[in-house]
Amino acid sequence: MSGWLQHLTILPILLPLLAGAVMIPLEDQKGRVRATLGIASALALLAVAIALAVQAHAGGAGTVSVYRLGNWPATFGIVLVVDRLSALMLVLTAVLGLSALIFSLTRWQRMGSHFHALFQFQLMGLNGAFLTGDLFNLFVFFEVLLAASYGLALHGSGVARVKAGLHYIAINLAASLLFLIGVSMIYGVAGTLNMADLAARIPAIPVGNRPLLEAGAAILGMAFLVKAAMWPLGFWLPRTYAAASPPAAAIFSLMSKVGVYAVLRLSLLLFRDDAGASAGFGGDWLLAGGIMTIGFGAISVLATQDLARLASASVLISSGTLLAAVGAGQVAVTGGALFYLASSALAIGAFFLLIELMERGREVGADVLAVTLEAFGDGQEKDEEDDDEIGVPIPATMAVLGLSFLCCALLLAGLPPLSGFIAKFAMLSGILNPAGLGQGPAAVSASGWALLVALVLSGLATVIAMTRAGIRILWATSGRTVPRVGVVEIAPVLLLLTLGAGMTAGAGPVLRYMQAAAVSLHAPQDYIRQVIGQNK
Amino acid sequence: MELILALSIGVLGGSGVWLLMRPRTFQLIIGLSLLAYAVNLFIFSMGRFPVGAPPVLEPGTAGDPAHFADPLPQALVLTAIVIGFATTALFLVVMLASRGLTGGDHVDGKGRDR
Repeated sequence: MSGWLQHLTILPILLPLLAGAVMIPLEDQKGRVRATLGIASALALLAVAIALAVQAHAGGAGTVSVYRLGNWPATFGIVLVVDRLSALMLVLTAVLGLSALIFSLTRWQRMGSHFHALFQFQLMGLNGAFLTGDLFNLFVFFEVLLAASYGLALHGSGVARVKAGLHYIAINLAASLLFLIGVSMIYGVAGTLNMADLAARIPAIPVGNRPLLEAGAAILGMAFLVKAAMWPLGFWLPRTYAAASPPAAAIFSLMSKVGVYAVLRLSLLLFRDDAGASAGFGGDWLLAGGIMTIGFGAISVLATQDLARLASASVLISSGTLLAAVGAGQVAVTGGALFYLASSALAIGAFFLLIELMERGREVGADVLAVTLEAFGDGQEKDEEDDDEIGVPIPATMAVLGLSFLCCALLLAGLPPLSGFIAKFAMLSGILNPAGLGQGPAAVSASGWALLVALVLSGLATVIAMTRAGIRILWATSGRTVPRVGVVEIAPVLLLLTLGAGMTAGAGPVLRYMQAAAVSLHAPQDYIRQVIGQNK
Repeated sequence: MELILALSIGVLGGSGVWLLMRPRTFQLIIGLSLLAYAVNLFIFSMGRFPVGAPPVLEPGTAGDPAHFADPLPQALVLTAIVIGFATTALFLVVMLASRGLTGGDHVDGKGRDR
C-alpha cells in the first residue's frame, strides 16, 4: 500500500467532520444543500468503507493496515488500524447512515435545527471508534459520538424526548467517568494506552499489579457494557430509543454495537490465551450477563405493546446475544456472532424506520395502554396534513409494508430463509461443536447449553411478539386509514432488507469473511506485531 | 501528599455519587461535576507525583526523565476537562429544556407540586 491510497484510512473520520463543519454556518433555508452534502458524504463513506473492506480481505490472514498519524512510531503517536472487523463496522455504519439520511429527507430533517450536521458528527464518532488503535482516542471518539447522539436523541423535541434524553445523558456522562477511571488505571499499571502495545506488555506484568490491571479493565468494561446495554446496565435504552426520531433510532441501533465492538476487540486483544494469568478475564461474566440480557430482552419483547419499544427490546436481545457469544470465547461462535451483528443491525435499523411508516394513519397510542401512554408522551408532533411533503406515494402500500414487516420479523427472530437464521445457525453450530465441525463429539459446557437455550427461546419470544403486533396492525383494520408512504421513505427500508436478503444469498463468502475476521481476532499476534512495527 | 490527594478524591467522589442519586436535576449536575473533579485528580495521580523534583532542568546538568512527573496523564486530564466541560454545558441546556417543558426540576419530569 503506497501513495495516496494509504490515506484512505483517515477518510471515514475526515469526510463527515468536514461535511458537518461546513453545514453549520451554511445559509440554507430549505435544507436542500445540507441534505445533498450529507448524502454525498454518506455515499463517499460507503465507497471508502467498501474499498477498505476489500483491501482488508485481500491482504490474507492476519493482515492489518496501520495508519500512523504524522508518521510517528506507534507507541508515541496515534494509530488508526483497519482489519476485517473494523472494515465490517465501517460498512455497516455507512449503510445505516445512508438509509437513515434518505429516510429523513421527507420530513424529519426539518423537525429541528442542525440535524444533518449532528448526523455527520455521529458518523464521524462511530467511524473513529471503529478505527482507532488507542484507548484514549477511543474515549475521545466515544465522546464525539455521544455528544452528537445527545443532540439526535432530542431531535424534534417534545416532552417524551427531553425526559428520556435527560436520563440518557446523565447515564452516559457517568459511564464516561468510569471509562476515564478504567483508562487511567490501565495506564498507571502498564504505562501505555496503545492497544497493541498494551497487549504486548500484559503477559509481563508482575503478579502484584495484576489485580489493579484487572480492576481497571473491569471498570473500563462497565463503560462499554452501559453502552451495549447489558442487563442490569441497560434500563435506559428502551425508553431513549423508543422516544428518539426514527432516523436517529436507526443509527442508534448501531451505536449500541459500538460497546459490543469495544468489548470484543479489547477482551480478545488484552486477555487472549497467552496473556499469562489474566487470560480469558471476564469471559464468564460476559457470558452470564449476555444470557441475562437475552432473557430481559425476551421478556420486554413480550411485555411491550408499542412497536418502538418492541424494536428497542430487540436491540437488547441483539446486544445480549453478541455479548454472550463473545464471552463464549470460541472462534466459530465469534464468527457466527459477527454475521449476527451485521444481520441484526440491518434488521433493527430497517425496523425502526418501518415503524414510523406503519404507525402513520393510526391514532397515536392506539395500542398502548393508558398507563404507558403517559410515559410515551402525549402531544406527538405528527402532522398528517402535510401530504405534499411525502413526495411520490407508492402503490399497494399495505402490501409493501406488510412484506417489509414480515422480513423484519424473520430477520429478528432468526427464522429461515433470511440471514438471521444463518447467523443463529452459525453460532449454534459453533457452540455444539467446540472442537470444530466434523471433529467428533466433544463435550458442550453447561454455559454453552444455557446460551443455546437462551438463543432459541429469545427467537420464540420474538416470533410471538412480532406475530401479535403484525396481526394487530396489518390485519385488524378497524379504525385506520391506509397511510401515505413516499418512495423516498420506503426505499431505505427496502435497501436494508434487501441487504439482509443478500447476506442470505451470498452467505458463503460473507460467512468466510466473518470467520476470517474471527480467526484474526482470536490470534492477535499479527495485529500486535504490525501495529508496533519492526522494532519489536 | 498522597494522603491529601486520596482524601480529596474520596470526598469529592463520595459527595458526587451521593448527589447523583438525588432526584433534582440541579443536584445531579453538581454531582456529575464533583465526580468529574474526582476522576480528573485520579487520572493525575496515575502519573505518580515526585515531590521536590526540579521543575524542568537543573542548571548545568543533563535532564533525567526519572525526575519528572509523567506528562501523559496531564495531557489526558486536560482532554478530560475540556470534554467534561462541554458535555456538562450540553447537559445544562437539556435540563433547562426539561424545566421549561415539565415545569419542575425533578429528573423524572414530575411537576413542581410532587
